[in-house]
Amino acid sequence: MGSLKIENIRKSFGHVDVLKGIDLEVEDGEFVIFVGPSGCGKSTLLRVIAGLEDATSGEILIDGKKVNNTPPAKRGIAMVFQTYALYPHLSVRDNMGLGLKQAGKPAEEIKERTRIASAMLSLDDYLERRPSELSGGQRQRVAIGRAIVREPQLFLFDEPLSNLDAALRVNTRLEIARLHRQLKATMIYVTHDQVEAMTLADKIVVMNKGQIEQVGSPMELYNSPQTLFVAGFIGSPQMNLIEGAKLGDATAKNVGIRPEHIQISKTSGTWKGSVIHVEHLGADTIIYLQTDFGPLTVRLFGEHQYNVDDVLYATPDAGRTYRFDDKDMIIKG
Amino acid sequence: MAKARTSPLRSSLVHAALIIYTVIALFPVFLTVINSFKDRASIFRNPLGLPNETSFSLIGYETVLKQGDFTLYFQNSLIVTSVSIFFVLLFGAMAAFALSEYRFRGNSLMGLYLALGIMIPIRLGTVAILQGMVATGLVNTLTALILVYTAQGLPLAVFILTEFMRTVSDDLKNAGRIDGLSEYSIFFRLVLPLVRPAMATVAVFTMIPIWNDLWFPLILAPSDATKTVTLGSQVFIGQFVTNWNAVLAALTLAILPVLALYFLFSRQLIRGITSGAVK
Repeated sequence: MGSLKIENIRKSFGHVDVLKGIDLEVEDGEFVIFVGPSGCGKSTLLRVIAGLEDATSGEILIDGKKVNNTPPAKRGIAMVFQTYALYPHLSVRDNMGLGLKQAGKPAEEIKERTRIASAMLSLDDYLERRPSELSGGQRQRVAIGRAIVREPQLFLFDEPLSNLDAALRVNTRLEIARLHRQLKATMIYVTHDQVEAMTLADKIVVMNKGQIEQVGSPMELYNSPQTLFVAGFIGSPQMNLIEGAKLGDATAKNVGIRPEHIQISKTSGTWKGSVIHVEHLGADTIIYLQTDFGPLTVRLFGEHQYNVDDVLYATPDAGRTYRFDDKDMIIKG
Repeated sequence: MAKARTSPLRSSLVHAALIIYTVIALFPVFLTVINSFKDRASIFRNPLGLPNETSFSLIGYETVLKQGDFTLYFQNSLIVTSVSIFFVLLFGAMAAFALSEYRFRGNSLMGLYLALGIMIPIRLGTVAILQGMVATGLVNTLTALILVYTAQGLPLAVFILTEFMRTVSDDLKNAGRIDGLSEYSIFFRLVLPLVRPAMATVAVFTMIPIWNDLWFPLILAPSDATKTVTLGSQVFIGQFVTNWNAVLAALTLAILPVLALYFLFSRQLIRGITSGAVK
């Protein structure tokens, strides 16, 4: 009941092409995350799906029905915004009920649906308050509640956690994951934070410069990135990207190796480098090395004691290197 | 304010400057009010003195209330001012909403065109306006004044309100669209309440020139039935003899309604003036 199909969507603002031909299919009940650097067009794509922006060309199908000319309110969607966007003059209850009231639903039904949503988000104690009397986390819960009440076919989230502090972000992330399991609804979520993407998504859509770079499950993207951009974008700390020529690899323009796929030794190894900085994170230790071919980041699990200027040898795990050609595409095999 | 940044000397200088300015600004008002309660001889003999037992007299107010139809003049002024403010705010806000919210070809040109009236005084067009009013038979009606004042107030209103409406969150308007509110509901129910301080600012800036205007009432609506208070007070100023008691009393009375309106808007006004500056 909540599938989405996008066919060759383009969007231009004047002479600037923001979306350059997007094709995407989202299955019913999937949690799909659009991720990419700022300005990559992910929010614009979400707005086009919502109907807040018109696509310059292309088709959008929700549940198999073309919705290009359907106003946002009739598309069967609900949206949660980064800035919460609660109506400041309405109580929490009225904020949640407004959409249904506009749709002409009977008061009893509005009351019942609001009750269910507020119980789900533990907002019962705040129903009569104004948004200005709530904390940031509570406001975002109200915004999510407002979406749930509409019982949409498609939930759209536009960077919903960006305005929350770190601790609340983790909590709200868990809450959204729980809601997705509970409601079994199709959700589309935009973020620039790859941690959110990796932890929540069934399917991640990596976007760059108005185009889709790769679509896949979090582990697919992590284990087999198809392009240099995806390789560099997914994973933290970033994958080490080294020019092939410097490693004596004539066929690859760039070679990538993740920091966690490198072993360190004090005596021998493939690459020799000296320590420029060490970060102790408790569970991880991150070591920055200066080598003959440039900087190299290494992530070790657990606590390790190394000092600046120590000379270390690094060895990449066999079969964990990625090679990219001069078009930045992966070289198979 | 942080103590470290205010020295007593500096703050007393600032206060002294403000107090001097206040005194200069209020002095004519003060003079008008005290002299309106004195008899004619005392006004001339001792214009700066406060009214006392011998000089106190309500003759001015009696003249004003007896001669001429001042209740009617007040009523005219109030109707013209409030209806004009209403239209200026309504149309100004609507134009501002369109300019700030919708992308269309010629948007900034249109904005410039609408703001042009701030620089070109409407009085330059008096002759054409008068001809137009004569042709449409609107001379000596309040409608004529309301139309002219609405036109006069709109440029500033559009200019100020456009800037303010740009600050209203896009997400909020989009949330409204997803909840099925029409563009009119978004405008009236979401945007207008949020730009209320700016509306109050515009209302005050629009109201005072209209209330005080002598030019257009004199030219477009000088009949006895449509006189405004400012025009009405002129009957006491003659070429040879001026009835100062009556003039001062009429002016004092004319301050009251505008003062009341000002208090009505002023709480919002301060926020309107300062909100653009800070943050």
